[in-house]
Amino acid sequence: MSAVAARRLPRRIRVDSSVVVLVVLPLVIVVGAVLVGLSGRSFFSAGNISAVLTGTSVLGFFAIGQTLVVLAGGLDLSVPYVASLSSLLAAGVMAGQVGNIVPGVLAALAMAIGVGVINGVLVSVFRVNAFIATLGVGLMISGYLATNYNGSFGETPFEFRLVGATGIGPVPVSTILMVAFAALVALLLTKTRIGHHVFATGGEPNVARMSGIRNEIPLIVAHMLCSVFAGLAGLLLASRLGVGSPTVGSQGGYDLLSIAAVVLGGTLLSGGRGTILGTLGAVLILAVVSNVMGVLQVNPFIQDAVRGILIVAAVAVYARRTTLRRVPRFGGGTATALGTRPAEEGR
Amino acid sequence: MSTRSASAPAALPIAAGSRAQRTARRLASPSGAVFLLLLALIIAITAFNPSFAEPGQLIRFVARVAPIAIAAMGQYFVLICGEFDLSMGALVTAQVVISGTLIGQDGTRILPVLVLMFAFAILVGLINGLVTNLLRVPSFIATLGMMLVLSGLVFYSTGGSAGENPVDAFRQIGRGGVQGVPVLTILPYSVLVLAVVLLLSVWLMSRPFGKTLIAVGDNATAARLTGVPVWWVRTRAFILSAIAATISGILLVGYAGVNPSVGRGYEFAAITGAVVGGVVLGGGRGWIVSAAAGAVTLEALFTLLNFSGVPATFRDSVQGLIIIVAVAFSAQTWQRRRRSSEPHAPAAAPTLSSRSTTAPTPGTD
Repeated sequence: MSAVAARRLPRRIRVDSSVVVLVVLPLVIVVGAVLVGLSGRSFFSAGNISAVLTGTSVLGFFAIGQTLVVLAGGLDLSVPYVASLSSLLAAGVMAGQVGNIVPGVLAALAMAIGVGVINGVLVSVFRVNAFIATLGVGLMISGYLATNYNGSFGETPFEFRLVGATGIGPVPVSTILMVAFAALVALLLTKTRIGHHVFATGGEPNVARMSGIRNEIPLIVAHMLCSVFAGLAGLLLASRLGVGSPTVGSQGGYDLLSIAAVVLGGTLLSGGRGTILGTLGAVLILAVVSNVMGVLQVNPFIQDAVRGILIVAAVAVYARRTTLRRVPRFGGGTATALGTRPAEEGR
Repeated sequence: MSTRSASAPAALPIAAGSRAQRTARRLASPSGAVFLLLLALIIAITAFNPSFAEPGQLIRFVARVAPIAIAAMGQYFVLICGEFDLSMGALVTAQVVISGTLIGQDGTRILPVLVLMFAFAILVGLINGLVTNLLRVPSFIATLGMMLVLSGLVFYSTGGSAGENPVDAFRQIGRGGVQGVPVLTILPYSVLVLAVVLLLSVWLMSRPFGKTLIAVGDNATAARLTGVPVWWVRTRAFILSAIAATISGILLVGYAGVNPSVGRGYEFAAITGAVVGGVVLGGGRGWIVSAAAGAVTLEALFTLLNFSGVPATFRDSVQGLIIIVAVAFSAQTWQRRRRSSEPHAPAAAPTLSSRSTTAPTPGTD
């Protein structure tokens, strides 16, 4: 049915904004490669590819989790603090001993699950706006970090540091792990009941509720997984640094950057529509842009400004698309437009 | 549930009851409770430090919190129509640096630079508003982009180090005052600025523009259908927010000097202040005076923590706890309100809770 309906519709209406990302991505890579080439270096050298991919892994973990929460209709501003605390807990428990790697990882993830459940319960049961609930929880963790930790703490053993330092060919292990987790989350979203409930709750909570979904459960699960991914990002940072750091998350500005990546990946900030693939594409776009500006030795502060303009410009392009897709609902061709929508969103 | 039986179904709930009952109800609402909380905090601070209640000390406290209160009022205009302005802190920093760089030690430049700063604010607000409304970028992302651009440029131009302070005559706006006032001994200019901004804002919110702003925040589609130029109303809200950030910046130059870290985190401080004052993210609910009071309440809380010997590092934790509790409280209250004002709706109708369950949907209608 979708094939028939698709043929009748103009091509531009069928294009989902997550797909646009995958069109923009090669464009960014080509422009970047040309710019890097003009400066007399090679963008596609093994070292540079490895650098770009390394740049995707940490933000990638944050962005995968953030995608889940944004799809469920919220956002999570506590992720940088969860990551910092996770790095400290892991490095503290490990204390340089190989035997303590598993307990360290478990401790960090248990903390992340706890924080995520608190976020989710605040948002769904106590109906605190996600912005405030997660900002508040983030501030509470931030105060705890500032009170109890002075600078870096603990030590991760050599074997654990290998995760952040080695690669298979030019592809870092951390990036492979990130992509594997992304695939798992994509499966969760598209193949499982809870995944569909996340979309339904984020799209329109009233309709979801009236269709028999308990909105609390997808929200809590989304927040919990988002915190777990922030915890994983913290573990990766601890593996790279060799120690835990109370400022490693907030210094990177990962809260706002991960939300920007999610929206750049074509996910609607108001929830209910988007894909993990789009988020991955956006993370790669940001990594390529950072890498190119780094190679060209652009002033780091100017890099921020360029990044800001780029994010807004890209989102403006998608936003236009989304409005185009919605027009037929009220004008002519209502039946065809409505007919394709479930097929498109079912992916 | 108790409010439901208390209010007579015939009259509008807001007008029911005697004057005392109405006042009590208003104080029990999120917008009113913040004043009770502020009063309690001031009493608690006085218990630790009796000299705090002296008029001279109290007026200095008001002078110190004026910049954040003004920022919260500016943020209110944007929040009430359902948007965010994350560029506020970066704009404060930018204005501080602009005043330091352009005025320098030349007193005659104060006026032209002030005009330039306000023109810059209007430009920033206009861009925020137009990108949000015409390009349909969610305001969260649009103003985040503006924040990255502004702070990037500020740090690029200053190199991240503190700049030279502008001429003292300019800094007097933030740090000086009228001398020899009875009782107070000194009446800081920043208190006067705060009072003027407060009066202007209240006046603006009582004008058709203010009512329209609330209507747009409550239901943008309905507002559009009644003929409101939604994009222009929202754009003006962004301009007002940018102007408020500029006024905060001018006061902060006097108070803190020229430093790229001035204004950092102001957007979140202003938003949390407004939210503690009962403003609902997503728009349509809240009072501008309460938004300012919310910001002052948070500052009073920090003062109390200082006096009571709690380590400064705990500030964040306490702030986090307070904003969560405040918003949970207001979410429950607004929900009860809506139920009691719609007596025919089933008590557990999910539509009533939708506003607070859904996350902010900036930029979408």
